[in-house]
Amino acid sequence: MKTIIHLDSIEKSFHGTVVVPSFSLSIEEGEFLTLLGPSGCGKTTLLRMIAGFEEPTSGDIFLDEKPLTHVPPYQRDMNMVFQQYALFPHMTVEQNILFGLKMKKVSAAEQKQRLEEVLQYVQLTELRKRTPKQLSGGQQQRVAIARAIINNPRVLLLDEPLGALDYQLRKSLQLELKNLQKNLGITFIYVTHDQEEAMAMSDRIAVMNKGRIEQIASPAEIYNHPQTLFVATFIGENNIFRDNGTNTAVRPEKIKLYQPEADKDKHKKLGTIADAVFLGNLRKVFIRLDGQDMTVMAHQYAGDGLDWKVGDRVAIGWAQTDEVILTC
Amino acid sequence: MLNKKPVKLLAAPALLWMGVLFVLPMLMIALMSFLKRGTYGQVVYEFTLNNYVRIWDPLYGQIFADTLVVAILTTVLSIVCGYPLAYYISRLEKSSQQIWLLLVMIPFWINFLVRSYAWVIILRSQGVVNTILQSLGIITEPLPLLYNSGSVLLGMVYTLLPFMVLPIYVSLEQMDRRKLEAAYDLGATPWRAFWHVTLPMTKTGVVTGSILVFVSSIGMFVVPDVMGGAKSALIGNVIQNQFLSARDWPFGSALSIVLMLLSMLLILLYFRAVKAGEAKEGAA
Repeated sequence: MKTIIHLDSIEKSFHGTVVVPSFSLSIEEGEFLTLLGPSGCGKTTLLRMIAGFEEPTSGDIFLDEKPLTHVPPYQRDMNMVFQQYALFPHMTVEQNILFGLKMKKVSAAEQKQRLEEVLQYVQLTELRKRTPKQLSGGQQQRVAIARAIINNPRVLLLDEPLGALDYQLRKSLQLELKNLQKNLGITFIYVTHDQEEAMAMSDRIAVMNKGRIEQIASPAEIYNHPQTLFVATFIGENNIFRDNGTNTAVRPEKIKLYQPEADKDKHKKLGTIADAVFLGNLRKVFIRLDGQDMTVMAHQYAGDGLDWKVGDRVAIGWAQTDEVILTC
Repeated sequence: MLNKKPVKLLAAPALLWMGVLFVLPMLMIALMSFLKRGTYGQVVYEFTLNNYVRIWDPLYGQIFADTLVVAILTTVLSIVCGYPLAYYISRLEKSSQQIWLLLVMIPFWINFLVRSYAWVIILRSQGVVNTILQSLGIITEPLPLLYNSGSVLLGMVYTLLPFMVLPIYVSLEQMDRRKLEAAYDLGATPWRAFWHVTLPMTKTGVVTGSILVFVSSIGMFVVPDVMGGAKSALIGNVIQNQFLSARDWPFGSALSIVLMLLSMLLILLYFRAVKAGEAKEGAA
């Protein structure tokens, strides 16, 4: 694997306030990298620095080992799919898609050929003469993607591209995007605050908080071995046990519930059932621990024969291997 | 659900105002243009087409043509000066924008006539400009800065520029900046992004401003009167004369009607041209 983009100790401040503290990051060719974090965590700022809309306050950005920091966006060999798409309202679908080739003065014959290919690819051939206003959200999204990929960019930057769509459409487009990325072999840098989306699509996820990258790893690694308290609680649900300044995380699905009299060797803590919520495929059981101001959540799947009621005494336990010690 | 009837009534004051003070006088003017002038300047209620026949006199044709040239030049110059100013203002910080917009509008606070005379003081033979240039020894004879078509044009653009700047500013403000970023992202240099994205997207502002400026300048009589002198009479001055000095209201009315029809025709042609431009852009 070859590094395509390298960020070398870049930092960004606005009016003297640091929004992205100095860090370095290498992105590999053909990779699907997601920047994941709550709003205001600096993920969009980071993406905009890579695109060239913001200049880092210090540090350098390299594309294929060539410094890019002071290259204007219109000379960077990458394209962006904007939040809410930013289609040109005064142009048809066709004109929108051709804009990049026109700006690069590609020959008319090649423009036509590539247009046909891309239109077919994103299934917009029928709608080519429409203006963006006459399209649904999902169709506009496809125009935005077509407008970017027709330029054959080295890197495609996507800023919450599915954020404006409803849940069903988002689900199906996630798969489409993932397939598109595989087929084209373009490096994707994808910004989202939706962890499910990040999990489903990415090769690697960079979890960001307050401008800092807390952890960067594969979705499975992020879920199973979170390094920081933020990652452990931001991704999925987690129980954090605090003991002498050490935080230990155990996922609710790893917590096992026992009758207080049985399997005493597997017990770790005792408590009382505080609440049980039925969710269809599982029940979320909340356990109030004895002598501690803490509620533990456990998943109970149908068919384990135990039917917990509020007020029942319960013992909880988990395997040592399911414990994750958080470094900070 | 809001009851429709009371809502409709909200438009009543404006409709009444327009009906009484705009539509009625317009109808009276239209009617009067087909009547005769009496010996002492009174209106005689007798039908005639004579007023319209008189307009075919080449003298009036020339004045109409001059007026159109001045109005078109005023509009074009206002776009050339107004667009960059509006663009500059729209790119400033919000607080500076307020100050600049205030500066654009301040001339409205001073009486229009007073402002025109201020230009006379600046431009006349013993005026500010000539005095300074002479005392610096750059010129020996005063320059003829006033009472020509140049000074009329200057006065027109000066007076009407805010009508161009404000609508363009509004459309620049409403434009989503991300569209511009998208253009850069797709390889457009700042100049090409302006040409292919910003300008077409702010066209409404330019069109609105152009119509405001054009319509105002075509009927303008104060500026040519004060800054143009007797030689640079425009159609506005002729109409004013018919009503006030010549006391030929029917002929003045006929001239007004023709002027109005002419402006409407030109605005229609302008819209056509804008539409054709769009279609051409679409085919490219």
